[in-house]
Parts: sequence; C-alpha cells; structure tokens
Amino acid sequence: MSADRVGASPQRVGGHGRVTGLQQYVADIRLQDVLHVKLVALDCARARLLSIDTTAAKQVPGVRLVMTAAELPQPVPRFGPQFSDRPILAVGETKYHGEPVAAVAAETKDAAEEGARLVRVEYEELPGGVFSVAAALDPASPLVQDPAIRPNDPLATTNILREHRFGWGDVDSASADLVVENSYAFPMVTHFAIEPHGFMAAPDGDGVACWSSIQHPYLLQKTLATILGLPLAKVRVFAPDPGGGFGGKQNPKLEPLIALMALRTGRPVRLILTLDETFQAVRRTSAEVRIRTGFYADGTLVFQDIESNYLVGAYADIADRVVSKGSYLACGPYRVPAARIVARGILSHTTPATAFRGFGNPQVNWARESNIDEGARALGIDRLEIRLRNLARHGEAFVPGDTPADGDWAQTVQKAAELIGWGTPLPAGRGRGLALGLKSGPTTGLSYSTVRLLGDGSVLVYAGTSDMGQGARTVFAQIAAEELGAPIDRISVVMGDTAVVPYDQQTSASRSSVLMGTAVLRACRDVQAKLRTMASRLHGIDEAAIVVERGMVRLPDREIPIVDVLRAGLGRLGGELIGNGEMRMDAQAGHPLGGNAAFFEFNCTAIEAEVDEGTGEVVLVRHVTVGDVGTALNPLQVTMQDEGAAIMGLGHTLMEHIILDESGRIRNLGAIDYRIPTSMDLPLELRSASVENADGPGPYGVKGVSEGSLLCTAPAVVAAVRDATGVVIRDLPLTPERVWRALRDRR
Amino acid sequence: MYDTFPIEVTVNGRRRALDVAVHHTLLDVLRDRLGLTGTKECCVVGECGACTVIVDGRAMNSCLILAVEADGAEVTTIEGLATSGRLSPLQEAFLEKGAVQCGFCIPGQVMAAHALLARNPHPTVAEVHEGLAGNLCRCAGYQQITEAVLAAAEAADR
Repeated sequence: MSADRVGASPQRVGGHGRVTGLQQYVADIRLQDVLHVKLVALDCARARLLSIDTTAAKQVPGVRLVMTAAELPQPVPRFGPQFSDRPILAVGETKYHGEPVAAVAAETKDAAEEGARLVRVEYEELPGGVFSVAAALDPASPLVQDPAIRPNDPLATTNILREHRFGWGDVDSASADLVVENSYAFPMVTHFAIEPHGFMAAPDGDGVACWSSIQHPYLLQKTLATILGLPLAKVRVFAPDPGGGFGGKQNPKLEPLIALMALRTGRPVRLILTLDETFQAVRRTSAEVRIRTGFYADGTLVFQDIESNYLVGAYADIADRVVSKGSYLACGPYRVPAARIVARGILSHTTPATAFRGFGNPQVNWARESNIDEGARALGIDRLEIRLRNLARHGEAFVPGDTPADGDWAQTVQKAAELIGWGTPLPAGRGRGLALGLKSGPTTGLSYSTVRLLGDGSVLVYAGTSDMGQGARTVFAQIAAEELGAPIDRISVVMGDTAVVPYDQQTSASRSSVLMGTAVLRACRDVQAKLRTMASRLHGIDEAAIVVERGMVRLPDREIPIVDVLRAGLGRLGGELIGNGEMRMDAQAGHPLGGNAAFFEFNCTAIEAEVDEGTGEVVLVRHVTVGDVGTALNPLQVTMQDEGAAIMGLGHTLMEHIILDESGRIRNLGAIDYRIPTSMDLPLELRSASVENADGPGPYGVKGVSEGSLLCTAPAVVAAVRDATGVVIRDLPLTPERVWRALRDRR
Repeated sequence: MYDTFPIEVTVNGRRRALDVAVHHTLLDVLRDRLGLTGTKECCVVGECGACTVIVDGRAMNSCLILAVEADGAEVTTIEGLATSGRLSPLQEAFLEKGAVQCGFCIPGQVMAAHALLARNPHPTVAEVHEGLAGNLCRCAGYQQITEAVLAAAEAADR
C-alpha cells in the first residue's frame, strides 16, 4: 500500500481509460438530438464586413440556424478574463485571420459545413493590418481596437494595451565596468494540444449546460452566467479532462456563442474545432526584448535595464497578465542591485495570444540568460561561475518586497553542471550551454475540496482542478491515500462538473498540487478530526489522546485501522464522514502583481550540442534539466512534466514559428507546415533530475513543477551552439536555415 | 444529399455492413457510425497519428482512408486490443512506464506500437523512435512511450 502514498509513483489515476480508448474527451461525448456547428471566417486578417447573406446557407437541407452578429443580443456582448473586449462574433470588422463572423448549426456535420460554405460574406480587406511591433507603434497605423471599448484608458488611442513598469535601485546612476546591450526575439508559436478545442451546450431545465475542454470551468460558468443573465446555479459546466491544455484552454472562447445557439434552437449544439481552427484560436505571444546589463569586472551584476514588447493580438484574453507576470521576474533568480523593467502588451491584427506554459517568462528568460552569457564571454568569466556568483541565496529578498528565494538554488545549478560534466573536455565541434530559469507560482488562489470517507473505507475526493495530463487526479488520490489509508484503487477523484464539485479558481501556474493539494489535505484532516471524535466516543478516550495518521487510529494503548473505527462508529445505518478543506491566497493591496509568489519554479538546464556545418542542423547530444521541486509527490509524474516542458521548449527553440503573409494570414496553418517535436527530434540523451528539500508551501513541502525546464531550453541550446561554432543567434527558432546562414556569415 | 456506397468491413473481429457516404473517411465511420471514439481526430491530414488504426495488419491514419476503400478490410482499433477485459501487454506497459499523460494521442501511439512490434518484435530504441515518428505527443512523453514499447517487447519473450 505504501506504493500508493506520497513519494511513490503509482499508475496514473484515469490511465486505464486512456490506454483502452474509453476515456471520453469532449468530442467523444454524444448528446441526443445534437446540432453540429461550423464557423464561418474570412481569408484575411483585417476586413470591413459589408453584408452577410445567409439565404443560401439556410436552404441547405438540415441547416437549422445561421448565427451572425446581427442575430445576437445588441450591442453584441463582449467578454474576456481581464478586459471585456472579445465579441461573441466579429462586429463590423474582423481583427485577425480566422475570427468567426458567423456560425451554422445543422443536423449533420456535412450540412453544417455545406451551410458554412454558402454563407455569403461581402467584405473589404482593409490595408494597414498590424502584424508586427514596429507596425503597431507606427503612428500612421490604424488602431486595432476601437477606443470606445476601452473607456477611460489613456492608452486607448494607441495600440499599446498596457505598459508595466517594475524595478528598484537607481539604474541611471549605476556605474559598471562593462555594459552589454542586445535585443532578442521570440517567435509566435501555438499550443498544438493534440485534442482540438471542443464545445457543446444544451438547454438544461431553466438554465444551460455547457461542455468544454476548458482548464477554468468556474470562470466559464461565471462568463456564461454574465452574458446570459443567469444565476451561477443555472449554468452547469462539464469539463471533461482536456487532451492537453498548456494554457491554451484556460479561458472561454466560443462557449458563449454555442450557448446562445443552444438556447436559440432549444437543442444541444456541438462545435469541435479543427486543428487549423485551434491555430487561429490560441497562441503564445511573440516578443522583442532589449536588455542592457551592467557588470563589474569580476562578473557581479550591477544593473539590468530590460524593455520587452510583446505582440499580443487583437483581443486581450489574458495576455496583459502574461506580459506583467512574465516581465516582473525579468532579472531572474539573481541579486541585481538596480533594475528597470518596462513591458508592453501591444495589440495587433493577429490571433489573440493567451496563457502558454511559462506565461510570458520564457521570452524574457531567453533574452536575459543569453545576455548574461555575452557578458561572461566579454569578461572572460566561466558562464557557470558568473551565475553562481550572482545567484540569490535561500531566504534572500532578491526581488524587493516579494517572496524571498524559497530554495537552495545553487544545489540545482551544481547538480545540472555535474550531470552535463561542465568544465570537462569536449570533442572538437561540440559546445555546452547552461541557463537558469525562474517563474512565479500563483499570486492569488482559492481552492475548495470535499472528501467523503464512505462506509467501506473507500474515498471520494472532489476537486475542481482540470486534469489535462499533469496528473492532478493521481496526486490528489495519493494525498487521500496517505491521510486516510485507503489504497488508490479504492479512491475516486471527481472533477469537471460545476454542479457537483466545489469551486476552484483555476488550473494554471503549476498551482494545483500546492493549492488544491492543500485543500484536499485539509479536507482529509477534517475527516481525521471526525474520526478522532468517533474513536473518542467509541472508546471513552479523550480526543486529545487520539492520533489519526497513515490509515490508523492510534489510541494510547493500541492502534485500529481507520475503516474499523469508521464501521463501528457509523453503526447499523451506515453513512459516511464528510470533510471540507479550503486554501485561500488573498490578493495583497499595492503589490505590482496583486500578490507575492506562492513559490518559485526554479530550473537549471544544461545542453551539449554539435552543429552540422553543412546543413545548419543542431544535434543535441545531451540535455540535462534539474528542477527545485520541494518534494516530488510522484517522482515519475515530476519527470514527465519536466521532460515534457523541456521537449516543448525544443519546439520554439529549433522549429516552431507561426508565419504570417502580407494579409496577416497564417501561412503554416496545420500539422503539415507547422512542425512540433516528434520522437525523432529528441536529444540523444535527455535526463531530468530534481532537488528535494521539502521547502515548498504545499502538502509535504511540494512546489509546482510543470513549467521550469521550458524557461531554459532556448538560452541553453543557443549557448551550446555558440560554444560549438562561435556564432551568436538572437532570433528563435534555430532552424537549419537560420543556423546555416549564421555560419556562412561568420566566415 | 450525398452519394453512398455499401461496404463490409470487419472491425475488431465483428463484421459490419454499412452504407457510407463516399466522402467520409474510415475515421468518420469509426467514430460517428460505429461509436468507436477511442480513435481520435486531430489534424485530419495524416501528420499527427492520433487516428492510427490497424488495417489488414498495417498501421494507417484512418483520416486518410476513405471508408469505401476499407471495403473488405480487417480493422483493429484501440477498443479491440484488450481481450476479455484484460489489457494487452503493450497497454500494461504504457501504464507501468508512465507513458500516458493527457492521453489523447495514446490510442494512436498504442496502435502504431502494436503494428511495429508485429513486424519487428525486437526493435531498438532508434527503431521505436522511427516507428512512432508519425505519432505526435505534445505532452512529449516520448521517452516513456519508447520505454513502454521496449518493455512490452521484452515481456513478450518471457
């Protein structure tokens, strides 16, 4: 049974359904009498809508509804997690390639597709589409958003969504022995969850039910309630486990549209996006980062001056938060006496950018680590040494006013250096690179859990987290196994139904093991308290003398399995014990991000690479990633998250980038032209390791772990390529062509 | 509204006679007509491998086969792999080695691996990587998937 508890790696809860095909993702759920929905979009980014003629579409046999903006409540409702700027369907003008202008509901998929083809949209493609930072900031360029939807915003007459300024110390009067200044670019990339986003909605009594592959079901519930004017209790969101999320499935997108279509037709409706449509629905924000770092001759950091421009897209989604949270830690895990950080979210006629694993940090992290490497080389200081020299010590307030360094990070760095053999001789043509990465965990949070210890000792855990592959069900079951003594095969974790499962703020920021994990732990401890009361009554012993742990009720003179106390205590009527747990992290007034980091995700990645000088292909010989995880509740799942983030990082480092044409169309739409890492793209050796000091804030000392290695991949690879070849590349990805050109120019 | 064509196809050992729309793929028919939703739909251009099934002994992207082309074929889907409620050694190995994360690509990975082991019972690591190169996993559990395939190959010897 100990194999089920924390620190072990039991088989994934929900794994059986996933290897047999029985696991039901949204698209696998069949509703009776359902209508199929197909979206209508234009073949350009920025266009004025002149008219939409639905006559022919409505004549297609089986078509039941063609929804256009004119058919929606007026003014067309807008929504969004931060700004209410995204309309349910495009109003007057399309702002990005793929923005839906109409939707057709029909009895069959074929009829819906036929109807969608026959919706006649008369439009005028508008010149001046804004597809780059430079274009957005050009005063001659059009405004992406109508200033009227950003009332009282002084930036509403610009394409800057918002500008953030962080910092401390006095950068301008700092004097350094060496100042290194460069700019670094990070590409637009897309999430490419293998499950395309799927949505269904149906009338549900006097309310509505909605199924979505969403990470934040309670945010969706609130969004639908607001738009439809319904109480929360009349909006039921079913959130089946997503088939990969990575941030792209956090926020509502098309659910308001299909909920309105379900209510209009009085029937269930279903919209499963194609992969191409998901490319047009979510992406990571690209960024241009300029960094000026001041060093003393011995490598000590004097100041950092960092300006980041993120190209966020046509609607804000959560991208402004991505910009601020991504940049707040721009100076990384280092002791920097003076810092000036400016970060802008810049609107453009492109897919609205949203959360994506790393949440704005990978863009700045790659720039800063590359910049520090350039400084080390200029100073003739070892690149590992310069990092260790400046690394914040455990407990050091390295970002004034925020959470002090919450780990002995040097251990992590040393471990990575040791595993890559830093400083040992290399064969000719090989190089090494090393990078550190830091990201704030959640800055606020609210998670509730209910745990029911049933009459036979089996357990139901209710947790509103979305298990999108990170393995939250397994971790919560392990916590319940640890606390209540039930083996994992006698524990069920219930998720994904807002009518049944108590509220959870969201599944993001690597929070769930820490925040929901704490709520589950507290709910289990609440059950334990009731067991103590029960045992006290049964045995006439003071509660204070009774301990419940590891599946046993310990009395002063003996111990009894929990299930025996439970059976005796419940008596002939049976029943159950119910425990509740809550984990709350309130916002902090005056904090630039709204609150201190619950924990930091810290990673060190080291890479050994060689480059084919003839083709420009980068070969990763060894890839080492080490994370400071606090405690590995499930070591195998930690490895899976860490390797997964590392390989995803290889995507934007070596091959992934969305390419736009002059009309703002995505030229590499879909799996043929947009490549993500396959089994053939792995490093020859990939090794993930952890440092565990039980110094995290979650149950048993856990910290979040699912993003750290992604922060470091690009700078570590680029540094290794530089080390191997001498070429400096400040644009991602390192496609063979880009590397080949850099090699050619070097000569 | 659409032309249909009668086909007979054996799916997981069961003979099915169907009238299928001539433009529908085997994937459409498996999921929408036969309710076999274990086979997943993602890219529909034969690049991601999520819809991999075994057709007459070969791993195929069912999104690239018209249903009419499957007339007379023998098809095995993920639902046909476990026998009498017992997981196949490959399915067991996927669970044991931690090859499953979100799980959406897993039916395709398992079917591709099944076909690989059928034609090459003792693959090397490189052969597993090549054999599964057409099956994308965005969770990127590639190392664990490879370990699972190798473990299943080894288990078959015991």
